[in-house]
Amino acid sequence: MANPPPAPCPSASTGVGRRTAIKAVGATLGAAAFAKALAPLTEWAPNISVSEFLQKHYKQLGREELATILSRLEAETRERYGAEVHIDDVPPQDDVQFAYALNLSICIGCRKCAEACHKENNHDRPSQQSYIRVFEMQKGSLDLEKGNAHYDHPVPQKDKFYMPVQCHQCDRPPCVSVCPVEATWKEKDGIVVVDYNWCIGCRYCEAACPYHARRFNWTTPTIPKDEINPVQAYLSNRIRPQGVMEKCTFCLHRTRNGRLPACLEACPTGARVFGNLLDPESEIRWVLENKRVFVLKEDVGTRPRFYYFFDE
Amino acid sequence: MRPTVAPVPIAAPAAPPWTHHFRDYARFLLRSLFRATEGGWLFYGWMTLLTAIALVGANAWAVQVRDGMGVTALSDHVSWGLYIANFTFFVGVAAGAVMMVIPAYLYHDESMHDVVIVGELLAVAAISVCLFFVTVDLGRPDRFWHLLPGLGRFNFPFSMLTWDVIVLWGYLLINLHISGYLLYTRFLGLSPNPRWYVPFVFLSIVWAISIHTVTAFLYCGLGGRPFWNTALLAPRFLTSAFVSGPAFIILALQVIRRVSSFHVGDGPIRTLVNVMRVTILINLLMVASEVFTEFYAGGSHTASARYLYFGLHGHNALVPWIWTSVGCTAIAAILLLRPRITEHLVLLDIACVLAFIGLWIEKGMGLIVPGFVPSTLHELVEYLPNRTEWMISAGIWAFGLMIYTLALKIALPIFTGEFTLEKSTPVPNAVPRNDT
Repeated sequence: MANPPPAPCPSASTGVGRRTAIKAVGATLGAAAFAKALAPLTEWAPNISVSEFLQKHYKQLGREELATILSRLEAETRERYGAEVHIDDVPPQDDVQFAYALNLSICIGCRKCAEACHKENNHDRPSQQSYIRVFEMQKGSLDLEKGNAHYDHPVPQKDKFYMPVQCHQCDRPPCVSVCPVEATWKEKDGIVVVDYNWCIGCRYCEAACPYHARRFNWTTPTIPKDEINPVQAYLSNRIRPQGVMEKCTFCLHRTRNGRLPACLEACPTGARVFGNLLDPESEIRWVLENKRVFVLKEDVGTRPRFYYFFDE
Repeated sequence: MRPTVAPVPIAAPAAPPWTHHFRDYARFLLRSLFRATEGGWLFYGWMTLLTAIALVGANAWAVQVRDGMGVTALSDHVSWGLYIANFTFFVGVAAGAVMMVIPAYLYHDESMHDVVIVGELLAVAAISVCLFFVTVDLGRPDRFWHLLPGLGRFNFPFSMLTWDVIVLWGYLLINLHISGYLLYTRFLGLSPNPRWYVPFVFLSIVWAISIHTVTAFLYCGLGGRPFWNTALLAPRFLTSAFVSGPAFIILALQVIRRVSSFHVGDGPIRTLVNVMRVTILINLLMVASEVFTEFYAGGSHTASARYLYFGLHGHNALVPWIWTSVGCTAIAAILLLRPRITEHLVLLDIACVLAFIGLWIEKGMGLIVPGFVPSTLHELVEYLPNRTEWMISAGIWAFGLMIYTLALKIALPIFTGEFTLEKSTPVPNAVPRNDT
């Protein structure tokens, strides 16, 4: 016959019962505090639709999928910014290799190119963002350490020259190699693009770029609706979401349709030259063949597509 | 009449011997979890404090996700800061655990073998901390699945970040397996089968070297940042890992001695001190080598080093940091050279704390931030972390300490034999187990 089970020790059971109760209360409080701590996430989550969350990489999208995505993005812009925009997918043309050249003898440092970029590419207004930085350089030296991008006086100054810097669309882009998710790549016409809906915002490309060409969306861009440029492309100047990288795209929404980049059109002195390297009649070919061009940081091995030259 | 044959019950097919693990492993997990929430006032106070800090950090991170990374002090000029600094440092701490594994398994140091679990669990906690730091640094953490091979687009082998993802997760899984297997077998009262963990231990030694080499390669592969683009970076990382890891473990072992019945001999501490004596000096030598290389030739590629050590054009926010680091590490090195330092535990502890802090600065603020100052176009934009970044970092440190505390809370009683399947009571433990 089995012995009756030993009676539970009274103090142990009441002691453990109280302890378990305290632990349960503590755990509940902890869970509540945790939910409260993470509450801001619930304010942010509605900004992301399920279809955006699940969206595939640009290179994996079929034509119909892409069309659906473009309509969705247009609807989101309408909802968030109150503006009617048209977002297109502008593919690269055949037999085109874009390149850019800049005449340092003519540039007067007016920064109209930077301003045009700011407007054309729907940049965040408060931060006065632009893909172009213009450096006021000391005559006699190409050392950027002696350059100043924050000059605030009438231009051009007598003993200075001016050097705008933007993405060089390198032939061996370090930003492309380091991206862990292939959110950025070099297209067949030479332009390095970013899929803003694929980028995870790790900013490794920004660390890798030797030319400070990349920009990060530290907040959601703010643009008044009447300042929005409605002619947009998926890979270039559509309004970018928070937390992703972006960069100069040589205005591919213009240049792939036979137009010129906004920075070039805004330049009052004609210092900028843009075109197709494969076209023997192009101005860019003429500059490369007749002017002594150089590139920045050639020794780093990036092979930029942006050339600088002096006239005399 | 034929006698009625009593029906003989057909024996049910014997269950394979391993199926008991389904039930026993569940018990192990459940009882460990309960055990991990049992303790004295000191334990509850410690865990409550850590929880509070972790919650503050979690909230700061939620605000960062909602409002964007602009709430930090980061900028397009200095786009990596405190989070990546911490990430870099703690990969080193995780790799440093290998300095216990090598004596225990390669040199058959028995007293070290008894405490090596402390290092393996530190590796788990430290890697978790690293993964958290990388996650909070992402602009779009909701897009993490883009990193998953197969589902997303994993840019392996070109992006060093993909290598880092692989080696960090691999190291975490290896250490989880080793410690999990040892703990589970001992919990069952069995002796561990070397076949199931020793090969992984040897793998973890090689893997520990790889995690920190790959992390160094993230930086030293960038040709556009001359401050990082040095072949010495990976060796420097490894050496400093083998200072900071053992420093933390020496402190942890003493705390364990104080608050638990787990026996920690003097041998393991002496071994770790001997390791640190060598590695801290090699580390100082490597720093001297870097400084000489930068400053002897000069030129614009040395601008970051000049900014860090002496300030540049009036900007000198990092100068106090780096000289504090140099001072801490030098003093720690001198203290560690004292012949019988293990008999003067107070001095040893001071040396370990100084070494840990000194290397945190050197590898974090003293390496990541100067790589961005001046920028690649030679613009000087300074960076010091702001409150949000400190809160999130503190939250992650607290969470890492919670993981480590809970892991030790479960592991140490298993190793001393007081927490086993037989001795532990089922959950909830209101009624003593019926012995019949």
